[in-house]
Amino acid sequence: MEQVAKARGYAHSVAVDTQAFIDKHTTVAIERTICRLMGIDGVDEVEVPLPNLVVNHLRDNQLLGIGSALMLGNAMVSTGKSPQEIAEGIADGSINLAKIPMGDLDAIKNAVFAVAEKTVAKIAQNRNDRQQMLDKHGDKVGAWLYVIVATGNIYEDITQAVAAVKQGADIIAVIRTTGQSLLDYVPYGATTEGFGGTYATQENFRLMRAALDSAGDEVGRYIRLCNYCSGLCMPEIAALGAMERLDMMLNDALYGILFRDINMQRTIVDQYFSRIINGFAGIIINTGEDNYLTTADAVEEAHTVLTSQFLNEQFALMAGLPEEQMGLGHAFEISPDVHNGFLYELAQAQMAREIFPKAPLKYMPPTKFMTGDIFKGVVQNALFNTVTAITGQKVHLLGMLTEAIHTPFMSDRAQALDSANYIFNTMADLGDEIEFKQGGIMQTRVAEVLDKSVNLLAEIEQKKLFSTLEQGIFAGIKRGRDAGKGLDGVTLKADGYFNPFIEMMKEK
Amino acid sequence: MIKPYGDTLNDGKVQLSFTLPVTNDDKGREAAKILAKKMGIPDPNVAHSGTLDEGFTFYVVYGGVAHGVEYDSIVVQTVDGDVMDMGEVSNFIRENIGRNVVIIGASTGTDAHTVGIDAIMNMKGFAGNYGLERYEMIEAHNLGSQVANEDFIAKAKELNADVLLVSQTVTQKDVHIANMTELVEMLEAEGLRQDVVLICGGPRISNELAKELGYDAGFGQNSFAQHVASFAVQEVVRRGIK
Ligand code: B12
Repeated sequence: MEQVAKARGYAHSVAVDTQAFIDKHTTVAIERTICRLMGIDGVDEVEVPLPNLVVNHLRDNQLLGIGSALMLGNAMVSTGKSPQEIAEGIADGSINLAKIPMGDLDAIKNAVFAVAEKTVAKIAQNRNDRQQMLDKHGDKVGAWLYVIVATGNIYEDITQAVAAVKQGADIIAVIRTTGQSLLDYVPYGATTEGFGGTYATQENFRLMRAALDSAGDEVGRYIRLCNYCSGLCMPEIAALGAMERLDMMLNDALYGILFRDINMQRTIVDQYFSRIINGFAGIIINTGEDNYLTTADAVEEAHTVLTSQFLNEQFALMAGLPEEQMGLGHAFEISPDVHNGFLYELAQAQMAREIFPKAPLKYMPPTKFMTGDIFKGVVQNALFNTVTAITGQKVHLLGMLTEAIHTPFMSDRAQALDSANYIFNTMADLGDEIEFKQGGIMQTRVAEVLDKSVNLLAEIEQKKLFSTLEQGIFAGIKRGRDAGKGLDGVTLKADGYFNPFIEMMKEK
Repeated sequence: MIKPYGDTLNDGKVQLSFTLPVTNDDKGREAAKILAKKMGIPDPNVAHSGTLDEGFTFYVVYGGVAHGVEYDSIVVQTVDGDVMDMGEVSNFIRENIGRNVVIIGASTGTDAHTVGIDAIMNMKGFAGNYGLERYEMIEAHNLGSQVANEDFIAKAKELNADVLLVSQTVTQKDVHIANMTELVEMLEAEGLRQDVVLICGGPRISNELAKELGYDAGFGQNSFAQHVASFAVQEVVRRGIK
C-alpha cells in the first residue's frame, strides 16, 4: 500500500504540473462549448454548426484568446440580442463582433451569467431527474450490464437498444461512426448514415434518451445511456450529453493523443473542461486503458494500464470529478494460450478494485483474441464474466461471441446478457468467500505490476507529461508536442479571458 | 458428392441460428421451419425459440441438408506463384530485380485498424513471421492508419513505390468496397495503375474480391509477410516494373 501512495503522489504531481499549462490556454472546442452552453444551436445553409461559425469568426479576427463568453456578452449588452440571434447575425453578415466597442465589464459579465445560469440550471435539473428515477426504480446492486448498438442509423439503434433493455441491459452505449473523433465539429440533427457506428449529435442523444426512459419505465429500471466524449470535440460532446441527460461518457485524458494522433496540447486542454462538465452533470466517465492492450501484450504491458488509471484519476480530480464518477478502465485481453492467464486477469481486476475502491471500474471483454470460433468465444466471455462476479467490477461491457466478425446482431446481445445474468446469479457471493493465497501466483503478480507502474510514474513525473509522450515512453507510441491533429485550435488566453462555466460548474 | 457430417457419412446435418421479426409462438416456429425448408433442409427441427423482444424471436434449427457439393470439380482462386521465405525473397530480388523494392502500406480511408498492416510490415511481424521491414532487399514504409487515398498516392509518387499495400478491416455497409474502388479509380486517372503492384488485405478480404475490384491480389486471415512479399516481387518481375 506504500507503493500505491507513491504512485498516487507521482501521478498527482504530473497532473499539477500539466494543469499550469492547461490554465493558460483555451481551444476552439472549448469556445464552441461555451457558445452551446450559452444557447447557440443550429446550422447555417451549408450545414456549418453556428457554434463553429461564431468561433471561426472570433479566430479570423484574432479574438479567440479573449473568449466567446466575453465577446458574446459584449454583443448582448450592446445589441440587446440573445446569443442565438447574435450567432445568426454573424451568419448573415449583419453582426461583426470585432466592430462592437468593448463595454462595461460588469454589465457584460452579468449578461453572460444570466444566460449561463439557465443552462447550468437545466443541467442541474437533469441531474435531479436522474436521481429521482433512480430512487423510484432503485439502482442495481452488482455489475451494470453494458451493451453497444452500432447500426449507423439512430432509429435502428433504438429498436436494438429497446430489445436489449428487455433482455436485461442496464447501460446502452451508442458507438460512434468511424472517423467522428477527427471531425472538428459536431454534426446536426437525427442521422441515419454511419459506418461501424452512429453520429453523436444532440438530436440523436435526445431520441435515444427518450426511448430508453420509456423502455426503462416499462421494465422498472433506470437505463443508463453512454456515448463518446473524445476526439476533437471532447468538451462540446460533454455539454450536449449534459443537456440531454446522458449518464456515461468515454472520456480519457490521453487516448486521443496516443490512439487518434490528436495533438497533445489540444487534448490536454480540452479534457479538463470536458471533465468539469461531466463532473457537474453527474456523468460517469469511462477511461480507455483497455486500448493499450489491443495493440500491446496484456501480460507485458499490464503496468501501463495501472499507470494510466492513476493519471486519469488525478486529472479527473483536478477537474472536480468525484471518484464515484470515475469509471477507470481495464480489460480481459490476455491470450487464451498463456499458462495461468486467468489468474493474471483475476489478479489485475482484484488489484484495480482494491486500489480504486470507490470507482465504478469499467471492465472490457476479450476482443483481440476473439476469433471466428464463436463456440470458444462463449467460453472466453464466460471466464471474463467470472472475473467480474468475483472481483466486483461495476461497468461490465458484455463480450459478444461474434466479436471477430461483425458489429453485434440482436441475438448476439441476447446471448451475452443471458449468460452474464446466469453467471452473476450463480456466483453472486463467491467473491466474499475467497481469500487469495499469501505470496501466491496472484499476489506476486500484483506486486510486480505495481512496482513497474511506480517506476514508470516516477519517470513521467521527472520528465513531465509532454516530454514523456514525445519520447514514446508511454505505450511505445511517440507523439510530437506540435504534431497531430487540432493544434491550430489551441491558443493562449488573453488578459481578461473568462469562462463562466468553470466557476459555476466546478464549485459544486 | 459430399455433404455435411453429423455422426454418419452424408447425413447432411447442420446447425443454424437466426432471428425473425415475429412474436415467439407456434406461428413463428412454423415460419422458422418453412425458412429452413427453403434453405434446403427438408425435415428441420426447431430446437430452440427465445424471445428477444415482443416482435423478435431467436431460433436454433437443426436438420439435414438435401444439397451436396461436387468436391472434385472445385477450383479455388488463390494467389499465384511460389511462396518463398525471407531469405529466398531477398535472393530473388537480387537476382531478378537488382535493386531495392519499395513497398508502402497503410490502413486507408477512415479505417483506424493498424494491427493487420503492422503484422505484415513491422520489423517484429506476427506469430513468429518477420515483417517486411526486416527484409534485406525491401524498403518498407508503413504509413499507419486513416490515410486518405490521395495522400497515399502522393506518398507512392514521392517514394517511387513499386508495391502498394492497402489494409481494410471495417466492412460494415461495404465501406471498404467504396474506399478500395476509389483508390483504383484515382490510380487509373493519374495513369499510375500500370506502374505499381496493388495489393489489399484484411480479415474479410479474399483474392477473388481483390481481383474483382481491380487489385492484383488480396490476402485474408493468416497471411504473413512472406506471402505478400513472394507475390509482390514475382509480380514486379512478371510485369517488368522498372
Ligand atoms: C483491435 C481492434 C480495434 C482497435 C484497433 C487498434 C489498432 N491500432 O489497430 C480499436 C479499439 C482502436 C478499434 C476500433 C474500432 N473498431 Co475494431 N476491432 C479490433 C479487433 C478486436 C481486433 C482486430 C485486430 O487487431 N486483429 C489482429 C490482426 C493481426 O488481424 P487482421 O487485421 O485480420 O490482419 C491479418 C490479415 O487480415 C492480414 N492483413 C490485414 N491487413 C492486411 C493488409 C495487407 C496488404 C495484407 C497483404 C494482409 C493484411 O494479415 C494480418 C496478419 O495475418 C476486432 C475484432 C476481432 N477480434 O477481430 C475489432 C473490429 C475489427 N473492429 C470493428 C469496428 C466496427 C471498430 C470501430 C469502427 C468501432 C467504432 N465505431 O468506433 C473502430 C474503428 C474506428 C475506425 N475509424 O476505423 C469491427 C469491424 C466490423 C466490420 N466487419 O465492419 C470488429 C470486427 C469488432 C466488431 N465485431 O464490431 N478496433
